[in-house]
Amino acid sequence: MTYARRAWVILWKDLLTEQRSKESLNAIVFFTLLLLFIFQFALGPDRELLRAVLPGILWLGFIFAGLLGLGRSFLAERENDCWEGLILTPGDKSAFFVGKLIGNVVLMAVVEALFLVLFGIFYNVDLWSTLPQLALVVFLGTVGLAAVGTTFAAMTADVRARELLFPLLVLPAQVPLLLGTVKATEAVFQGLPLAEVGHWLKLLAAADIVYLVVGILTFEFILEA
Amino acid sequence: MHAPDAPTISDAIHAQGVRKRFGGNVVLEKIDLSLMPGESMALLGPNGAGKTTLLKILATLIRPSNGVVRVGGYDVTRDTEQARRAIGLLAHGSYVYEDLTAIENLHFWATLANGRPERERLRAALAQVELESVADERVRTFSSGMKRRLGLARLLLSPPRILLLDEPYAALDQRGKKWLEEFLLAFKTKGGTVLLATHSFGTGLGIADRVAILAGGQIVLDRAMATLSREELHRLYALHTEDAR
Repeated sequence: MTYARRAWVILWKDLLTEQRSKESLNAIVFFTLLLLFIFQFALGPDRELLRAVLPGILWLGFIFAGLLGLGRSFLAERENDCWEGLILTPGDKSAFFVGKLIGNVVLMAVVEALFLVLFGIFYNVDLWSTLPQLALVVFLGTVGLAAVGTTFAAMTADVRARELLFPLLVLPAQVPLLLGTVKATEAVFQGLPLAEVGHWLKLLAAADIVYLVVGILTFEFILEA
Repeated sequence: MHAPDAPTISDAIHAQGVRKRFGGNVVLEKIDLSLMPGESMALLGPNGAGKTTLLKILATLIRPSNGVVRVGGYDVTRDTEQARRAIGLLAHGSYVYEDLTAIENLHFWATLANGRPERERLRAALAQVELESVADERVRTFSSGMKRRLGLARLLLSPPRILLLDEPYAALDQRGKKWLEEFLLAFKTKGGTVLLATHSFGTGLGIADRVAILAGGQIVLDRAMATLSREELHRLYALHTEDAR
């Protein structure tokens, strides 16, 4: 059986499960709405202040929403001991990580798309004219967030204090991603060409590769631990 | 990378001097166990005796602290992948996803095991465990017994050489129990090995060639069923499990 097919069947299962239960999606969408309201109340109508903090707000929203969804990535595997079943299947287990990761990226992309639309309306930001540049930054940031989140979600899936431990592990690891994405988004909102923040994009791409490789290499050990 | 040894011991299951410790708590001590192809054993023991731990060691899910364990002729700690190909485990959880339908669950596990499962085969496996009529219903709506039968259907898709069953009769109704006994007898006749663990005295004895009692983390009795009457076995079980408390 090919590696891709193993990853695909995990992705198929995760998306089908989420489409039916909508457990993660409903919670995250509601949470992002709340976040937008809270930021709006906290920052007030000062346009100058808002302009300065918009990239940070955007990425904090993505990260908080991501934490909520990613932390639940392996709950279905814990139910009815499916985790054991996955261990016992023959073949390369890192394909499960790849399948899970793509599923998480898809879920985060759906939430981020909705968040961006509402963000544009709430803060009166024209996102349409900068969409291609913004999409690139969001893609790079999302892959990194999902990779590190999927790895730590697997690590903490069987831990009693999972809800506490997961953000404690994930948030520090996301610092390089947060730095890169906020700086690059700042440039996009100011209408600057992405070449001016090329070094931040390189940092994002490098962080993505590191987190992906670490996830793929360690997943089998995490699963068996 | 270590190249797996060819199977050298003819036993389907071979455990020698197995010890398992969780921190300071010794769960299994001096376990010696041997089962030949085509042989079946009922492993009896009260709750907490270490049955599930022993089964998980044989299934490669837990590493023994000491001792040698070979399954299908392969060392479970060194040739884990090969040992896994020889076994089928029915554990407490049945390995089912609640938000998938019965047939989708089978499709998922069969894809991971074989690659490309045919829909007819999946339907046939469901028919064997009498779940064909609910093939397209979500498992969330199933009773515990139906989930158990779905777990068994998963094993039917690619029958292993060795079956490890942890409380397989739990939640099954009389019809389900009868079907399972018939299935296990047929499996044994074809040369399959069965190790069935249960705390419920009497269940599984009908298919067992041998019976073992696990109490206090040790095998305190391992005899051929033919040498024991039910009454004597019951007396010994009560005696040893009382001793173990």
